Amino acid sequence: MKYLDEYRDHRIARALAAEIVQRTTRPWVLMEICGGQTHTIMRYGIDELLPRDIELVHGPGCPVCVTPLETVDKAIALALQPDVILVSYGDMLRVPGSRSDLFRAKAQGADVRIAYSPTEAVKIARLNPDRKVVFLAIGFETTAPANAMAAWQARREGLTNFSMLVSHVLVPPAIRALMVSSTNRVQGFIAPGHVCTVMGCKEYEELVRDFRIPIVVGGFEPVDILEAVLMLIRQLEAGEARLENQYVRSVSYQGNLTAQQIVAEVFEIADQKWRGIGPIPQSGLRLREEYAAFDADRVFDLGEITVDEPAECISAQVLQGLKKPTDCPVFGMRCTPENPLGAPMVSTEGACAAYYHYRRHAVAS
Amino acid sequence: MSTKTHVEINFELSCPTPLPAKDTILLGHGSGGKLSAELIRDVFLPAFQNPVLARLDDQAIVNVNGQRLAMTTDSFVVKPLFFPGGDIGSLAVHGTVNDLAMGGATPLFLSAAFIIEEGFSMDELRRVVNSLRQAAAEAGVQVVTGDTKVVEKGKGDGLFINTTGIGLVPEGVDLSADRARPGDKVLLSGSIGDHGIAILAQREGLEFETQIQSDSAALHTLVADMLGVTSNVTSKFTSDIRCMRDPTRGGVSSTLNEIAERSRVGVELEESSLPIHEQVRGACELLGLDPLYVANEGKLIAIVAPEAADAVLQAMRRHPLGSEAQMIGTVKKENPGLVTMRTPFGTTRIVDMLAGDQLPRIC
Repeated sequence: MKYLDEYRDHRIARALAAEIVQRTTRPWVLMEICGGQTHTIMRYGIDELLPRDIELVHGPGCPVCVTPLETVDKAIALALQPDVILVSYGDMLRVPGSRSDLFRAKAQGADVRIAYSPTEAVKIARLNPDRKVVFLAIGFETTAPANAMAAWQARREGLTNFSMLVSHVLVPPAIRALMVSSTNRVQGFIAPGHVCTVMGCKEYEELVRDFRIPIVVGGFEPVDILEAVLMLIRQLEAGEARLENQYVRSVSYQGNLTAQQIVAEVFEIADQKWRGIGPIPQSGLRLREEYAAFDADRVFDLGEITVDEPAECISAQVLQGLKKPTDCPVFGMRCTPENPLGAPMVSTEGACAAYYHYRRHAVAS
Repeated sequence: MSTKTHVEINFELSCPTPLPAKDTILLGHGSGGKLSAELIRDVFLPAFQNPVLARLDDQAIVNVNGQRLAMTTDSFVVKPLFFPGGDIGSLAVHGTVNDLAMGGATPLFLSAAFIIEEGFSMDELRRVVNSLRQAAAEAGVQVVTGDTKVVEKGKGDGLFINTTGIGLVPEGVDLSADRARPGDKVLLSGSIGDHGIAILAQREGLEFETQIQSDSAALHTLVADMLGVTSNVTSKFTSDIRCMRDPTRGGVSSTLNEIAERSRVGVELEESSLPIHEQVRGACELLGLDPLYVANEGKLIAIVAPEAADAVLQAMRRHPLGSEAQMIGTVKKENPGLVTMRTPFGTTRIVDMLAGDQLPRIC
């Protein structure tokens, strides 16, 4: 497959790994932001190709993992209302809320449907005028344009039975929060290529400047990751801190302006809680006042859902890159993808699930 | 420094409480993954406990007056009923014939039971029955008994079919998932993922076009060719092919995990040797699925002693249903119960059994 096979070519990968080894003279801690990148690193064993001095820590960029427990509980409560059809991206269905998950709600009779695109949810609303269709609109900047488009389209069509339960998060405020945290260890970031395809690279300039930290926008294939690591190491070893773009086949400096425009028209920036991390100011998106009629939080009277979260797992430290999933005492024992104690064990993009699925043999031996 | 105010975040430790004990049946219990295995272990096995069932093979092999009889049953609930490369009728024959064939049996007779929802189109039913008849004729099996039930509208999903099959196991053939030994080779009869992707592409709401056809086919003649060839290589032909399985629900990964578990061995795959059609790879990339977990309905995996592996592979390739057969891995002493895969990068990863169904990723 063009644009894929060449980025999975093991000869190119080995050549890049060799150059990384050659250029690395001391220890460096790098963080890949996106769960898709974590998944690639574990699946192909990229960390095994790197010198011991380079430590890759895994960032908070798994949209399913950072969606607050309250949002999951709200989605389940909505799904269980008899006149509601709850539409969601597939991997949200297994995410444990405080007492149940959407799969269990479905087994109890809730009408829960998987969509590949939010506009399918609008179509379902159009076809079922006597039902209330709620789309669980979660994700980073990557899914924001499509989710915005769904609300925009529903408003244009004058649909009165469509709404969205929104939990949208933004990458740059999360990087800022990690950098100002007193426990931060990260010395260079691989920024998420798909987020930047939408938003461009420009908003990362400020972070590079404020924290004098190198950021390389990276892709998702093994060669992409290795090339991004090499670009970071070159900068770090030379004492530089610049913004670079490895994922040039998809990301431009300005990004996709049409997509940014629709996001800005439908959403506004708001404070947002991240599961496992906590509230981060101005780190999320909510529907603008003009779209209040499509905001499930305002359309439905869900009451205050408060959730007790006992400190059982170490997902907070994992999502900040302070600990590896395998540092957790319950990893693979009491916490598995079948019985996840924390969200990073649920989604395939979650760091814990990636370690469990691909690498637990190495942990055991 | 920027003029922005830096807010120190107090990261909180948060994690949900574990979900309560499993008290409801979820779709994942029917996925062929870990949840299915748990259900069988916790509910069905204790109830029906007997040595034949305990083997947990795709078919039961019982002794009746000195004849070894293979018996199996399978229910078909596929949506849509008609898909590129087959339909629920042909699938109901192939699925059951293949479960018999994986025990080395020659399939002879089938039963067919139809559960039909009130209001179902008579024309569609005729098409399904005709397809079932044709598939049975091609496979050389007869449908000798059947049953019909009609359920109220809304109490079924159009049409479900159950078929039970009976066949005879030739003298000396002994195939079972607990017979894999370190050093054995893993053979796969052709490309993976075709059936699952053909079905997915047809499903409502997933609007992309593919030319992918289901691989649905009866495999018993391929099995006969494989068992035949080893008899030329060695007189004890049965011991060279240890085990055969058709990787249906849960795909190649679930099948190999079951074998690794049952035989208490490790299985190591070579990623570069896996036959996957370009279109299936493309569709899987797009949907965030791994072809190793996607269903097949016309493929088999054989665990074969190393000295017979090449001869068996050649025999597979001479058969039309095995022309793309590959040696995809080796049985190992290390990592018992686990399937691992060597990547082209020289690294190794686990090929895990999934908990439930594979879910499309958000992005």
